[in-house]
Amino acid sequence: MNIAATAAAGTPPADVFAAARDRLPGEGPVATARKAAFEDFTSRGLPHRRIEEWKYTDLRALLRAVAPLAPVPGDAALALAAKAQAAIGIENATRLTLVDGVLAPKLSDLASLPKGVRVRSLRESLTAGAVDLLKTTFAADAMISFNGAMATDGVLVEVDDGVTLERPLYIAHVATASSASSVTRSKITIGKKARVTLVESFVAAGATAYQVHDQVDISVGDDSELQHIRLMEDARDAANITTAAFTLGARVKLNTFGLNQGAAVSRYQGFISFLGEDSELSTNGVNLLGGRRHADTTLVVNHAVPNCTSREIFRAVLDDQSRSVFQGRIIVQQDAQKTDGKMMTRALLLSDEAEADNKPELEIFADDVACGHGATAGALDEELLFYLRARGLPENEAQSLLISAFVGEAIESIVDDGLRELAITTAERWLAARG
Amino acid sequence: MTALLQVKGLKVQVEDNEILHGLDLTVNAGEVHAIMGPNGSGKSTLSHVIAGKPGYEVTGGEILFKGEDLLAMEPDERAAKGVFLAFQYPMEIPGVATMTFLRTALNAQRKARGEAELSTPEFLKKVREVSARLNVPQDMLKRGVNVGFSGGEKKRNEVLQMALFEPSLCILDEMDSGLDIDALRVAADGVNALRSKDRAMVVITHYQRLLNYIVPDFVHVMSKGRVVKSGSKDLALELEKSGYAQFEEKAA
Repeated sequence: MNIAATAAAGTPPADVFAAARDRLPGEGPVATARKAAFEDFTSRGLPHRRIEEWKYTDLRALLRAVAPLAPVPGDAALALAAKAQAAIGIENATRLTLVDGVLAPKLSDLASLPKGVRVRSLRESLTAGAVDLLKTTFAADAMISFNGAMATDGVLVEVDDGVTLERPLYIAHVATASSASSVTRSKITIGKKARVTLVESFVAAGATAYQVHDQVDISVGDDSELQHIRLMEDARDAANITTAAFTLGARVKLNTFGLNQGAAVSRYQGFISFLGEDSELSTNGVNLLGGRRHADTTLVVNHAVPNCTSREIFRAVLDDQSRSVFQGRIIVQQDAQKTDGKMMTRALLLSDEAEADNKPELEIFADDVACGHGATAGALDEELLFYLRARGLPENEAQSLLISAFVGEAIESIVDDGLRELAITTAERWLAARG
Repeated sequence: MTALLQVKGLKVQVEDNEILHGLDLTVNAGEVHAIMGPNGSGKSTLSHVIAGKPGYEVTGGEILFKGEDLLAMEPDERAAKGVFLAFQYPMEIPGVATMTFLRTALNAQRKARGEAELSTPEFLKKVREVSARLNVPQDMLKRGVNVGFSGGEKKRNEVLQMALFEPSLCILDEMDSGLDIDALRVAADGVNALRSKDRAMVVITHYQRLLNYIVPDFVHVMSKGRVVKSGSKDLALELEKSGYAQFEEKAA
């Protein structure tokens, strides 16, 4: 069945790598590392339901096959991308734009970077032989290997100690090529006592049935603060497979928010590690799904040191036959005493055919901790709906008000006023489109 | 003159159980009617059916509001036409600020009536004016709808909405439940301030006590899904003395 589906979907995996070979930067050890990564991907195959971490998101059934690499964007593609990017409405940001997986200097603010910020492309670093950039230490799976084999470009950002960025750093992923993959890998290194807001967005510029394969590795130095906002608005028939890793020093404040309302299939897997004491994590997200869309958020929070706090709040609003998956694991290592880790996930089912899967896991090896999790799934409260309708709200307005309130708690976690407004507007647009 | 509300031969069932067995009630503008009766007599069912709550099946009779077929309207259309149900247990809506709720509801009603929606300053002015008149503290308006409100505060919020939306028919469902005597007096004062020749009220209550504060023009006794006796306000006092038992026997 799976074999037949893969063959039917076109290019077999080995051809995808072979066809892309000339496009993949790096020779010698870099090329060898790519080849090894691709062999690992081929031997594992696409993740499927018998692999525990992927049991709700069977890519063999949902994705069937990886798509061939997108061509290098030409002037027409860049013009389309510029238009799509402007429509997102993130202003006053330092733009770093990846079009079809390739850094586009024309759509980036490389010449006017703030003081204390340096940016290189993954491409130039790999060409220079930086083989470590393709390696991944925090986790291993087929999609991480695929990314290591095929990553064509990405941004390597360094923020110096003591730098406070007035404007957000903004990495935009724009797809213009249909039925093709963009494979990117980026690395953000934030020094000590720095304050950064990082926005990532994913949009289509006319492309359909494309695949985004992204990986981002973020480290935050002691006494720094990072706000991370991720807006995923990929095309309705696209796929987005992203792996993100965060490593946190001491006394760090990390606040993340993800809004997902796109893609037929998406998987966001985040690995967050506390490596210094007294750090605080607040990670939040909202999935707004309709049609047959499938969105998977998988988080692994690793408390390796004492006295850190983690909070996870996730909300999913599910219409039609959509499906939202939340897997949250909190690991508390033996030394990580006084850890305070909690996650709460709630799903609102607007249709009888929608599905929410929640899998919270606590792995606790220390004895003096406060950890907890909660999960709920349910329909809109009929009594509340009647109360609102008895006050004059038509049914769709009453529903919208309750849905806004439902996702509100997660959206309110966004610290930046402008970005919070943007998330609210985006959510309202989704509600309006629901009718 | 057309009666404001005419309930004629109303039969209602819930999951094959008939609860109202042919109920008649006529309410004219300017009148205050009290509906009393023991638990299970169908008082709350009547209020829910008038407001349009789902889950009730009307199997006979009709309800006319200003001469129009009320049962053909959605709950929000009924609200826009001037029907207001003050809930026995007002709902808590976490995450929706009271001000947002009031403004959305008021403008939805105005829009349905073809009136211009109120701008933010116009709305704020109106809310301030009404809440000052009813002694509703401003901080109550900033909180989530009814979230963490005491029983008395919830009922005051209902009265505030009544004053803001200016309905022509107010149905107060067990307004006294869960209120101590002081809270009851405050809520009743709010209701009394809204009495006018253009507005009718239907006060549903189990106890006569509430009617000391909201004095009705007419009292109806319900038992087993019918109005079994109607009279003046003195009927309520009579009931307080002799209880509902006599009517229950009569209805059976």
